Amino acid sequence: MLDILLSAETLSSTIRMSVPLIFACLAGLWSERSGIVDIGLEGKMLAAAFTAAAAGAYLGSPWLALLLAIGVSILFSLVHGYAAINQRGNQVVSGVAINMLAAGLAVVLGNEWFKEGGRTPPLPPEAQFPVFHMPGFSAIQSIPVIGPYINVLSGHSVLVYVAFALVPLSAWGLAKTRFGLRLRAVGENPHAVDTAGISVTKLRYQAILIAGVLCGFAGTYLSVALQGSFVRDMTAGRGFMALAALIFANWRAWPSMWACLLFGYLQAVGLRMQGFKIGAVEIPVQFINMLPYVMTVVLLAGFIGKSTPPRASGTPYTKDR
Amino acid sequence: MTTPAIELIHIDKRFGPVHANKDVTLSVGQGSIHGIIGENGAGKSTLMSILFGFYAADSGEIRVKGQPVKIKSSSDAIAQGIGMVHQHFMLVDPFTVLENVVLGVEGGALIGPALAKARSELKRLADDYDMQVNPDAIVGELPVGLQQRVEILKALYKGADVLILDEPTGVLTPDEADHLFRILGTLRDQGKTVILITHKLREIMAITDHVSVMRRGELVANFETKDTSVDELAEAMVGRSVLLHVEKGKATPGEMVLEVKDLVWRDSKNVARVDHVSFSVRKGEIVGIAGVSGNGQSELLDCIAGITKPTSGEIIFEGKSIGQLADPRHLREEGLAHVPEDRQHRGLITAFDASESSILGWQFEEELGHGFRLNRKKVVESCLREMKEFDVRPANPLLKSAKFSGGNQQKIILAREMSSNPDLLIIGQPTRGVDIGAIEFIHKRIIELRDAGKAILLVSVELDEIRSLSDRIIVMFAGKVMGERDSSADERDIGLLMAGVQKGVAA
Repeated sequence: MLDILLSAETLSSTIRMSVPLIFACLAGLWSERSGIVDIGLEGKMLAAAFTAAAAGAYLGSPWLALLLAIGVSILFSLVHGYAAINQRGNQVVSGVAINMLAAGLAVVLGNEWFKEGGRTPPLPPEAQFPVFHMPGFSAIQSIPVIGPYINVLSGHSVLVYVAFALVPLSAWGLAKTRFGLRLRAVGENPHAVDTAGISVTKLRYQAILIAGVLCGFAGTYLSVALQGSFVRDMTAGRGFMALAALIFANWRAWPSMWACLLFGYLQAVGLRMQGFKIGAVEIPVQFINMLPYVMTVVLLAGFIGKSTPPRASGTPYTKDR
Repeated sequence: MTTPAIELIHIDKRFGPVHANKDVTLSVGQGSIHGIIGENGAGKSTLMSILFGFYAADSGEIRVKGQPVKIKSSSDAIAQGIGMVHQHFMLVDPFTVLENVVLGVEGGALIGPALAKARSELKRLADDYDMQVNPDAIVGELPVGLQQRVEILKALYKGADVLILDEPTGVLTPDEADHLFRILGTLRDQGKTVILITHKLREIMAITDHVSVMRRGELVANFETKDTSVDELAEAMVGRSVLLHVEKGKATPGEMVLEVKDLVWRDSKNVARVDHVSFSVRKGEIVGIAGVSGNGQSELLDCIAGITKPTSGEIIFEGKSIGQLADPRHLREEGLAHVPEDRQHRGLITAFDASESSILGWQFEEELGHGFRLNRKKVVESCLREMKEFDVRPANPLLKSAKFSGGNQQKIILAREMSSNPDLLIIGQPTRGVDIGAIEFIHKRIIELRDAGKAILLVSVELDEIRSLSDRIIVMFAGKVMGERDSSADERDIGLLMAGVQKGVAA
């Protein structure tokens, strides 16, 4: 058991599993700090995953696949933005609608295009993202005991490094830039932003566009890099897990990363424990697959103290007070 | 005569059927303090929101220093050197003072340089105008007086030559208000123009140079402050002469009705919001509780009305201890009527008809219907009767509660509570957001109730109201009773108590 929990393979898998969560969680971070609740992370991720897998299969280029996936994800973001910002609709309802739309469309279109029951064909090697090896890490590999652990950091898809680079970038962007200051302000008190002569609508659209781009990355990574094809409902609640991580992290970038790594670790352990036996009893796969979700509930219910969302989060902005 | 700082010419604005500003023309002189006075809903705030670019006028022209300008948004107004301190502060609570000040004028893509510049600039402004504030403090943790200071600094930092203040003293202690007025005086002396929106006549007389009066969307009169009087202004505001002084005879206190003994109420963070409070109210007297909003008055009222359970201590109503046991319905039936502070949320249900709101808490009365039946006809009849008696306008029991003005909503509630002929009436903020005409009426009814031998406990943040109505005044600060004075007490003396300064008996 311990060899599963602490092995280098599990840690390497943790990094891979946490990447879609990190992308999605940062998407939620940017969106929610501007006051737009985004339940639709899941749907956008799924739409992007399908687009990327389909485009990869047709076009054979991971970069074009990524670009198209981002485009589709942004399209969904704009729908959410129109409902939530312009029409002042209920943001949760709009997000749920996006999730349902994405789940349905992916299957219907997938069936129509590829006739494989909603799957996409496995991607050819040239449609895969290049793998990045940390320079000099091949030598480290041979160091006894700790070598393999350090090597965990090397040899992943380039998107993995993009995800981890985005964490400090987001933290810095929110804290130190004009855009970040205004974005945080609009999530707390849009009236203050409006009276300072800044457009609330524009800021919030910028925020959801960022969320759209990041969900595009999340979905693409999931289908192209992690699994090599699209299968129906493949996001499997990752969008909601990312939201949980966001709450867990109290809407901050660095803690978001740690929360996603924790959830990623639970997923990695879950994968590795399939077929695991206690004595003669094999633990059903379903129980192991449940782990990250159960932990999410437990952590959210019991282990985090009070978390304070941005004050204007979920409230449409109107000039009347 | 020099060019006026601001000219508003034939400004007209409608919100649907409401004509908020009717052809308003106003000129504000440079380097002066110009007061705009009027009742709630007279259109003062709308007019200033138009000047600040928050709303667009349907027609009319704005001139700044003689030049016609288009102000389409707040950023246009700021660019014209107009700054506004809103009634509800436009601050981002979790931000520091510096972050709030630079928001919107960051200069570049990174905020570092702007924060550094703001830090030195704030220090200069603080020295010039006597407005010290810690630039690194989290705004949400500052007391309201300081938050308001941040709002003023924010406007000055953005280069405001014209400063609009919307009802700035509502949240301040008399001391803080005096300090604010001194700051405004300094600003004027240094050439800034100040526009002060208020409904408090005293403030107009105290610090303005000119005053414009608004009534029902129209600008009805302009005065030089030194040539006018409180009575003249009040008459212009209401359109008829108003009795500003409450006429009342001497109280003849009878037996004890309410006794509060060592009452403590702690909130969920275990902070004592009501801290060992003791006092009593007798028949035939009005006891007023003065204090700046948020010093435990609301919690005290809730305890007495049976809405929250006190943590410890005792409340004795007509010889019976009620603190730990009673619920509001039971207390009501025993003769304790309650006019809550928050009219819109607790006094009535805005989505209900006036007639439905007029029976809230009394819906179990046998005469309004037996068992779980409600006799609509009787409800409407009784509401109409109360409306006539309390001069509610329009006297239409089927109109939605939300459609009545603040004053008329308050009259509906007062009618409901007073018509039950209570032994004790507790009233929170009887005239908040109520126009002068209705204030006069409400005050008269309260005095009448006292003269009928009833006990009245009054909580108000308006010190003038407390002083003119009460026979005895209790001052609360930070949950504690700071002292008790009689109705002739000096205003400064009470003001000090409200600010938490306790000295011996006033010299």
